[in-house]
Amino acid sequence: MTDVSALVLRLTGITKRFGPLVANDRVDLSLGRGEVLALLGENGAGKSTLMSILFGHYTADEGTVEVADEAGNLRELRHGSPAAALEAGVGMVHQHFTLADNLSVLDNITLGTEGLWRVFQARAAARRRLKSLMDDSGLTVPLDRPVGTLSVGEQQRTEILKALYRGVRILVLDEPTAVLTPQEVNQLFDTLRRLTRQGLSIIFISHKLDEVTAISDRVAILRAGKLVGQRQTQAVDRGELAELMVGHAVELHGRDPQPRGAEVARLDKLSVPGPRGGMDLKSADLTLFAREIVGIAGVSGNGQGALAALFSGLAQPSGGSFQLFGNEVTRFDAGAFVAGGVGRIPEDRHRDGTVGDMTVWENAILETYRDGANQRAGWMRIGAARDHAKGLIGAFDVRCPGPDAPIRLLSGGNMQKLIIGRVLENKPRLIVANQPTRGLDIGAVAFVQDRLLEAKRDGAAILLISEDLDELFQIADRLAVIHSGHLSEARPAEELTKRQVGLMMAGEGQGAHAA
Amino acid sequence: MRLEPRESPGLGLRFGAPASAIVAALLLAAIPLAFAGAPLATAYAAMFDGALGSVFALTETLTRATPLILTGLAVTAAFRAKLWNIGAEGQLYAGALAAVVIASHAWSSSPFVMIPSMLVAGAAAGAVLLLIPTLLKTRLGVDEVVTTLLLNFVMLLFVSMMVEGPLQDPMSMGWPQSEPIVDEAVLPELVPRTRLHAGLIIALVAAVLLSLLINRTRWGLEMRAVGANADAARFAGMKIGRVMVFTAIISGGLAGLAGVSEVAGVRGYVTLDLSPGYGYAGIVVAMLAQLSALGVVVSAIFIAAVFVGADSMGRAMGVSSYLADLIVALSLLTMLVAGLVARYRIRWA
Repeated sequence: MTDVSALVLRLTGITKRFGPLVANDRVDLSLGRGEVLALLGENGAGKSTLMSILFGHYTADEGTVEVADEAGNLRELRHGSPAAALEAGVGMVHQHFTLADNLSVLDNITLGTEGLWRVFQARAAARRRLKSLMDDSGLTVPLDRPVGTLSVGEQQRTEILKALYRGVRILVLDEPTAVLTPQEVNQLFDTLRRLTRQGLSIIFISHKLDEVTAISDRVAILRAGKLVGQRQTQAVDRGELAELMVGHAVELHGRDPQPRGAEVARLDKLSVPGPRGGMDLKSADLTLFAREIVGIAGVSGNGQGALAALFSGLAQPSGGSFQLFGNEVTRFDAGAFVAGGVGRIPEDRHRDGTVGDMTVWENAILETYRDGANQRAGWMRIGAARDHAKGLIGAFDVRCPGPDAPIRLLSGGNMQKLIIGRVLENKPRLIVANQPTRGLDIGAVAFVQDRLLEAKRDGAAILLISEDLDELFQIADRLAVIHSGHLSEARPAEELTKRQVGLMMAGEGQGAHAA
Repeated sequence: MRLEPRESPGLGLRFGAPASAIVAALLLAAIPLAFAGAPLATAYAAMFDGALGSVFALTETLTRATPLILTGLAVTAAFRAKLWNIGAEGQLYAGALAAVVIASHAWSSSPFVMIPSMLVAGAAAGAVLLLIPTLLKTRLGVDEVVTTLLLNFVMLLFVSMMVEGPLQDPMSMGWPQSEPIVDEAVLPELVPRTRLHAGLIIALVAAVLLSLLINRTRWGLEMRAVGANADAARFAGMKIGRVMVFTAIISGGLAGLAGVSEVAGVRGYVTLDLSPGYGYAGIVVAMLAQLSALGVVVSAIFIAAVFVGADSMGRAMGVSSYLADLIVALSLLTMLVAGLVARYRIRWA
């Protein structure tokens, strides 16, 4: 189905250095008309750098970028010029959408493409063109609704439409499925197949193997800046892909059921108010037991934040009862929760988990700096705290220049390892992990999951909030779904299918509103 | 043009950058100086001489540096916790008024009682003045940049009311100035027959103590964590409001001490021109020092030297002393650029 002779894009010998770091090392890549090329690689493998060079945000130190013009002849793209890339028909849908919430879909799409004069005349024409684009592509979006009121899936369709409206011939999608439910992912894939039949070429950036094998024609794998392999998707073996991506074999461990322990926490008709009125968590019932991982599935923004904040001691419930370790909680105070034996792994390690400008050792004691081991009469015991950080760095394999380095220099995975180390060394009886593996490469994902499984075997109760269904089905013992603040009953994971859970995440399945 | 962070700036860069910044500031200031018709070499020689060229010049510079160190420390403490205290000027006056209230009537004959109680009262007054906007910020979310700034003017009017009313010196013949403090409360001279007084010692001790507080204690850790990332600090269980209140007490107290030091060390009474903007200059001092408590000492002495030197140059060469303000402003700008160059590599792409 791919006509390889009709190349639309050719990258030759792309090399980009940042100081001593070689982000891209002589990368050769080509893309055929109507082809879906998956760009697979861990974080920091050089995918974003390569795409930034394609878009002219970065200038390559060596190598050329050639894009086909309308007649199909490859022409070299001017270096470092985003305007030239747009002109040549290269478009991108970022992971974080670049839409104005208060403007309508139509305005968002036409923004910047029309002159300031003749606005209204142009709008009618734009609407006609968009209508026909929607018919051709199967992407339907309500054109007059403000973008802020759309679902995440609709916002993504708006982004794609925006690119099509600008006449792109090459569309780059950066981790497009991260924010979608399984059903929305299928819908997206259908659309992409339809678009490629019409001649669009797509580069699909991902680190999820099953998606890559589902949608792409060809896979290119980047590791440490180098192109380490290209495979036709039909003939590919997933294990091989994973190994190419990481550089060695990775083994993800499964659920490992344990005899259920004592009750650790119980929510009874508990509600948590949202910041702008209304309830973020609505009359939730949930019981957590020792030696058990309870997974919470849901599309982001459906109340996971409130649930995590509640268990982290950061939110004050407005009704219902919250029992922790057998006692009714009366003091909602993060410090008291930590001291009481709750370990918290925050969703956003940069915002909530670490203070970027402070050192590794200071971040390692951020939750325990008041303890006698770390201070005496107010004086920090810096030597002891540094030694402690060195211990964590060794035990949790945190790759960093040393305990005195600012933590912002660490990669996301190493930051997360430090946070996990900080949590686990307190031997918590309850661990609240909110998206603990998001954005991590496979090696780090396996590390984090193994540590959680280990903590569970050692007797901890674990609440695992994740948007990654594969992860939940892999390690959670029981699963509940959260949708617009309603928490479903937690049921054994073996009794559920991904399809059922996906429907509940979209608010359609039975049981989603049971509470 | 693109900025790339340097891994670690070399020694040459760390000391060379600020040195070249000073040279660049002096070169830039040469332009208006030339317009004013002064021979450059003589003018800068006069400036250097006036700031550092003699024991007298040196003591003048250090006298001028003393309140700048204290207000610079006040701003450093606050900015470290991202409490934007623009009100050091008002807090300085609050401290000065408190000093006069405590020390204008001899209720004890011992300086060992008078001076400490004056210092405590002055620091408390400065702290209270900053606590008002801080509590408004932590409780109601009122922006403290606006409130601390505006409180400066409120305070200045309050001082005006006091020195023309209840605190007015009956011997001043209607002049708006307060009663003088008693002799027992005057800070001792450090160098005989100069204006340099023990306030400098207080300022230096304060700098060392603040540096230890920020870098070596749990309260400093809290201040830095709240300042650098309040979300993470809250997540880790720190009480943002309490940290802010603690910071306000330290910051306002230091600015109050600057007022005490000026009253008890230099003037002996309060007038409306007690401070030529030391509170605002403290912001410049703190920024130049990149919010390092010990660095504040160096940058305060530098700025004081520029002021004293330019004053003296102005008198010697017959040019406007506003050139001093200009040179200080230029050195701040060039220092900021130097700081950027020291931390980032500039790529022209």
